[in-house]
Amino acid sequence: MDNNAAIKERGLPIIDKKSYLLQGVKSGIPIAIGYIPIGMAFGLLAKSLAIPNYVSILMSLTVFAGASQFMAVNLISIGTPSFEIVLAVFILNLRHFLMSASISQRIMKGLSKKWMSILSFGITDETFTVASLREDRELNPMFLFGLNSIAFAAWNLGTIAGIFVASGLPESIKSSMGIALYSMFIGLLVPSLRKSMSVCIVAVLSMLIHTLLHYLPIFSGLSSGWSIIITTIIASTAGALLYPKGVYTNE
Amino acid sequence: MSKFFIVLIGMSVLTYLPRMLPMVVLKDLKLPPFFKSFFEFIPFAALGALIFPGIISSTGDEKSAVMGTLISVVLAFFRVNVVIVVLGGILGVYLYQTLM
Repeated sequence: MDNNAAIKERGLPIIDKKSYLLQGVKSGIPIAIGYIPIGMAFGLLAKSLAIPNYVSILMSLTVFAGASQFMAVNLISIGTPSFEIVLAVFILNLRHFLMSASISQRIMKGLSKKWMSILSFGITDETFTVASLREDRELNPMFLFGLNSIAFAAWNLGTIAGIFVASGLPESIKSSMGIALYSMFIGLLVPSLRKSMSVCIVAVLSMLIHTLLHYLPIFSGLSSGWSIIITTIIASTAGALLYPKGVYTNE
Repeated sequence: MSKFFIVLIGMSVLTYLPRMLPMVVLKDLKLPPFFKSFFEFIPFAALGALIFPGIISSTGDEKSAVMGTLISVVLAFFRVNVVIVVLGGILGVYLYQTLM
């Protein structure tokens, strides 16, 4: 309802809501292709670790964060104290702080806090990158809602399928689908590399830093959550120093 | 039983807060240009870090992953729909693993 009001305020016809929603769902299809097999893998793993089905289902419904959920069920199964599990999950997901801050600058102005807090629940690496690489400077809330919804639905359907359809996908299909979300990231990034020198510099720098953090022995104690955060901050800072007026000023 | 709920509640709150707070707090704030630019670069910096080096170990063996990566990059270079890039990457890995 708030959104309705916000859109009316901006003078957009209501009919646009549906088309933005549909665009969001459509843009989320590659995410869904990637989430279903990972959701299934999560459901299967949780089951094999003797996590009650309702816990895994509730986790996918309320947490909606892939890597964190895999880590959590593993830690639960080896008897890690609750506090440590929650802390580890918090650190792994802290990168969404940066993503949320970034996307806050792109969402239609004047949107209610209630609506913002609903949309923010759907931020994942995948929904964030798909939304951010849209051409429109100002993101429509209905677009984001559609995008988040298909991703959320795929993640939860995958989880349920993994738990109840038991066997999962054949090994060869499962391992080839492991590349799905990475391919999506490539599909998002490469066209922007063609367009903008600043994007090239920042993306390549980020890959270099992340590779160093990954392989250099002195950084071996760094968790994957921290290394993504550190890499993202350094590469974006470099970008902002080199191009203080923003990404698209060098076209 | 109760441990599950403590973990579930803790996880859902602490994964939600980092997603929600910046969006609600920063949304209508006027930021200095440097930070605007910093935030504009975040998606691209994040994409770089999310792709590499993780993609190399995404399929279980490095050679098929490289194959899938190359196909995805070529398809993406010609700006085909992202769904096609994804299906092309999966197919490349699948064919490499089953044929080679």
